[in-house]
Amino acid sequence: MLNTLTLHEVLESLNRGECRSEDVVGSVLEAIHRTDGMLHGYLTVNEADAMSQAKAADLARSGGAKGRLLGVPIAIKDVLNVKGQPCTCGSKILKGYVSPYDATAIARLRAEGAVFLGRTNMDEFAMGSTTENSAYGITRNPWNLGCVPGGSSGGSAAVVAADEAIAALGSDTGGSVRQPASFCGCVGLKPTYGWISRYGLTAFASSLDQIGPMTKDVRDAALLLQIMAGQDPADSTTIHASVPDYQAALKTDLRGITVGLPKEYFVGGLHPDVERRVQEAIEVCRQAGARVVEVSLPHTRVAVDTYYIIAPAEASANLSRFDGVRYGFRAEGALDPLDLYKKTRAEGFGPEVKRRIILGTYVLSSGYYDAFYLRAQKVRTLIRRDFEAAFKQCSVMLSPVSPTPAYRIGENSTDPLQMYLGDIFTVPVNLAGICGLSVPCGFAAGNLPVGLQVMGPALGEESILRVGYAYEQATNWRCRRPEMTRANSRQGVGV
Amino acid sequence: MTKYRITIGLEVHVQLKTKSKMFCSCSTDFGASPNTHVCPVCMGYPGSLPVMNREAIRWTVISGLMLGCRINPCSKFDRKNYFYPDMPKNYQITQCDQPLCLGGGVDIEVEGQSKRIGITRIHQEEDVAKNLHYATWSGIDFNRAGVPLMEIVSEPDMTSPGEALAYLQTLRQILVYAGVSDCSMEEGNMRCDVNVSIRPDAQREFGTKVEIKNMNSFKNIGNALHYEIARQIEEVDRGENIIQETRRWDVDLGKTFSMRTKEDAHDYRYFPEPDLMPVALPESLLAEWAATLPERPAQRRERFVREYGLPEYDAQVLSAEKEVGDYFEAAARRSRNPKAVSNWVMTDVLRILSEKGIAITAFAITPDALAELVDLADSKVINSNTARDVFAIMLNGGRQAKAIVTAGGLAQVTDAGAIEAIVDQAIAENRKSSEDFRNGKVVALKFLVGQVMRLSKGKANPQIVEEWLKKKLSN
Amino acid sequence: MADDKLQSAKTIDVRYVANLARLNLTSDEAVQFQSQLDHIVDHFNQLRSLNVDGVEPMAHATPIQNVFRDDIVYPGLDRDVVLNNAPAQSGGLILVPTIVE
Repeated sequence: MLNTLTLHEVLESLNRGECRSEDVVGSVLEAIHRTDGMLHGYLTVNEADAMSQAKAADLARSGGAKGRLLGVPIAIKDVLNVKGQPCTCGSKILKGYVSPYDATAIARLRAEGAVFLGRTNMDEFAMGSTTENSAYGITRNPWNLGCVPGGSSGGSAAVVAADEAIAALGSDTGGSVRQPASFCGCVGLKPTYGWISRYGLTAFASSLDQIGPMTKDVRDAALLLQIMAGQDPADSTTIHASVPDYQAALKTDLRGITVGLPKEYFVGGLHPDVERRVQEAIEVCRQAGARVVEVSLPHTRVAVDTYYIIAPAEASANLSRFDGVRYGFRAEGALDPLDLYKKTRAEGFGPEVKRRIILGTYVLSSGYYDAFYLRAQKVRTLIRRDFEAAFKQCSVMLSPVSPTPAYRIGENSTDPLQMYLGDIFTVPVNLAGICGLSVPCGFAAGNLPVGLQVMGPALGEESILRVGYAYEQATNWRCRRPEMTRANSRQGVGV
Repeated sequence: MTKYRITIGLEVHVQLKTKSKMFCSCSTDFGASPNTHVCPVCMGYPGSLPVMNREAIRWTVISGLMLGCRINPCSKFDRKNYFYPDMPKNYQITQCDQPLCLGGGVDIEVEGQSKRIGITRIHQEEDVAKNLHYATWSGIDFNRAGVPLMEIVSEPDMTSPGEALAYLQTLRQILVYAGVSDCSMEEGNMRCDVNVSIRPDAQREFGTKVEIKNMNSFKNIGNALHYEIARQIEEVDRGENIIQETRRWDVDLGKTFSMRTKEDAHDYRYFPEPDLMPVALPESLLAEWAATLPERPAQRRERFVREYGLPEYDAQVLSAEKEVGDYFEAAARRSRNPKAVSNWVMTDVLRILSEKGIAITAFAITPDALAELVDLADSKVINSNTARDVFAIMLNGGRQAKAIVTAGGLAQVTDAGAIEAIVDQAIAENRKSSEDFRNGKVVALKFLVGQVMRLSKGKANPQIVEEWLKKKLSN
Repeated sequence: MADDKLQSAKTIDVRYVANLARLNLTSDEAVQFQSQLDHIVDHFNQLRSLNVDGVEPMAHATPIQNVFRDDIVYPGLDRDVVLNNAPAQSGGLILVPTIVE
């Protein structure tokens, strides 16, 4: 069935005239009908609009139009502005807000003919690692409905894994694309900071956020990155560099590549299955020709603290604009603006968001700024230097994405600190501003996926895509499908 | 004899005359219908990002150079966090510890004394929206949100309201010269907050300073300062401590009132703006911008004296406003007699401008045309009375002086024979006065000159007439 | 100076900070957040042992400077769009309960 194809397979099929966009979109919508009731990966699905976009794309294609994503439906994490669509960021406080503009990344996809068929669930304002912090209900992991899909881009990961989407976009501030990708067995890429424009991405932590593709295989991620990447005049933090041909970087052999293993990422505390799968993956890379060396990232142990000072601090300012004045939810019965702010924000934000706003406000406040925020930014420089030094000895580094596979729903909700510590392998990549890829590398007990993290230096996407692709092609994890979608699976149904 | 020393510092906010806003491409045009010059950026919509307006940076650098500041080799923006309905993001993008310009100053003159008032810094920031107040609601217009502002902070060098006003006048003059802003307090593109403290004469440290806001004209600043100084003196005399606070000037009651509210905690939690990159302007760019600097008023004053041989007083008057100086210069360059041009501009032109309430840019007579008129009078083609008449005609009709003179046959009669004939006629028709003059009555001469002028329809050259009369009546 | 304040403050003043952030907290929230955040801030203490002398704070991931745009006006949002998103509006203005100055 068409919804089980990868993005590049759909494109080939469309280009060969073997199917129409209307068929593809129809197939995806049917899958959503079948299984999203259980998963709740989508917050909104624009059926009629998606079908009319699909029909328009078919017409355009028959007229000779050549968009690189013409007629292909993409699911969008509800944090990105798409003109005319809601953008709740998983929060009550943005209920009713309708985006009046396209994010740059969206505009670039749209220019290639992409169809935006629905908006996926997420932890509120991207704060969380399980999608349990959404104001609109949880999303379940398609591999095990009693488990979380990860977060904050849990909805995007779940719908891709369940073939309820051909591909999706997520956002990654401390691992929010890579970790749910690893929990759900799909591919997730966090580009170098500044490589995909943040214009139109509702800001969580301005110096850490990046939009990332979440896809069924590495080739698809490379394709989406190709289209979205590059300097944007609307985002002053974007990098001025030409976008290389990422497809050309996809090779199956890794001869000449040196892979580094940061020793601090392989200490005790890893779930044994995670450890086993990652070691097996490293071996596969060796077989493909890579040289493997040990490297060190000495400041790893303070990365989580550094992150949980900087990210909430920036978030506390970025979320100040949600005040009930210009858009979204406004509390009733306020007597003056001060009252309006306090009531609106109390009613509109969930507990995790409030916690982080308070934490972030605290570390910026008078008397604490030097000891916390300033100090954390200095430690961040040290972390970045660690990576620069390590990348002198290797072209990519491999590690687990998460110390454990997906948690059970409700497992971590009483101890925020415990939750934060789970981000240990992903946050350093955001802090250093480098790129990272999560590729499925097998399963743990309970049929829960495990992800392999491939880290690369700034603008090193070609290297991480190459290693990810080579590993992926030497295995076939991507062909497995979750039990709940068996009816959709490729096995037994001709494509 | 005061037993207290007064210390005054001023913070002046100036709206820059860019076409678009500081961080987005919305128009800065004044007076548009509410909420029609807005976009996701200046409305603080989710996902919006600021991008710096190069022209705003240039204007701020130019202002800094005009005010003798040094341009900070590395400058950056910061977020100033506080909540208010006129704040689209509930943080303002401003500059905290690395402003664009540092140091500098302004030379003022008060009661014949010269003094230099230092400038601490100049930084760039974005303006807030406009609140309009109604009974149960306030309405917000975001057109103004994001307009580029320059904040100029003075050293606390002023010691009297007079000095404060002199500083403001001079500062304003320089900024208008630079073309940076219209600097009109009435229109709101220049705003001023005042910090004032007093201390006993013998005390070395400054006293507690009080900030005063809400003065919308120079006059009000003066009044507010006078009131506040008197209030502080009275308090201290009574043995009270001055509370460090912000006070509001109430123009109707003529008093300052405390603005202390329950929201005392003004912890702005400044941190570097992550969405904007640092500003490190290369020397070549600074040089390029410096080359576009207009002359400062003081420089122009000196140059008018030097180049055109004008007296100090004239130079002062003509350089007070840049456009008047521009006008004068354009005319003076075309004329043989710059001093005469100066007289005309200072008296007749400025008088008409004042009467009609117009700016010199709207004046009906061009500098070239004025120069032509001045030269006609200077070369005695017409006399000074005629010149005034021609001026009046030019004001209304806009024709050139030469054309008016020719068409009206207004040229002075200088031909000796012609004048002699009219002189003879006047003597013949006024025998009594002629006799009176012959007998020593000087005033009779004036009468006779008047008669000749009348007979010649004002066209005779009065000096020549006078000479002829004297010649004819002195035998 | 900063360390003095750290020494003496064993806990975050959650209510004070929530006020700065314009958040009303229920008593339950205040209590719960207090213990959760104290626990987290305590963990941050391991940063204090690091030597950061002479280390510049990492303000930006990319070493770019002087990113400007030209002073050109482009059309923004239609007023209707803006007013439609506003929770309360009238006469072209966005309304809030009266501001008392």
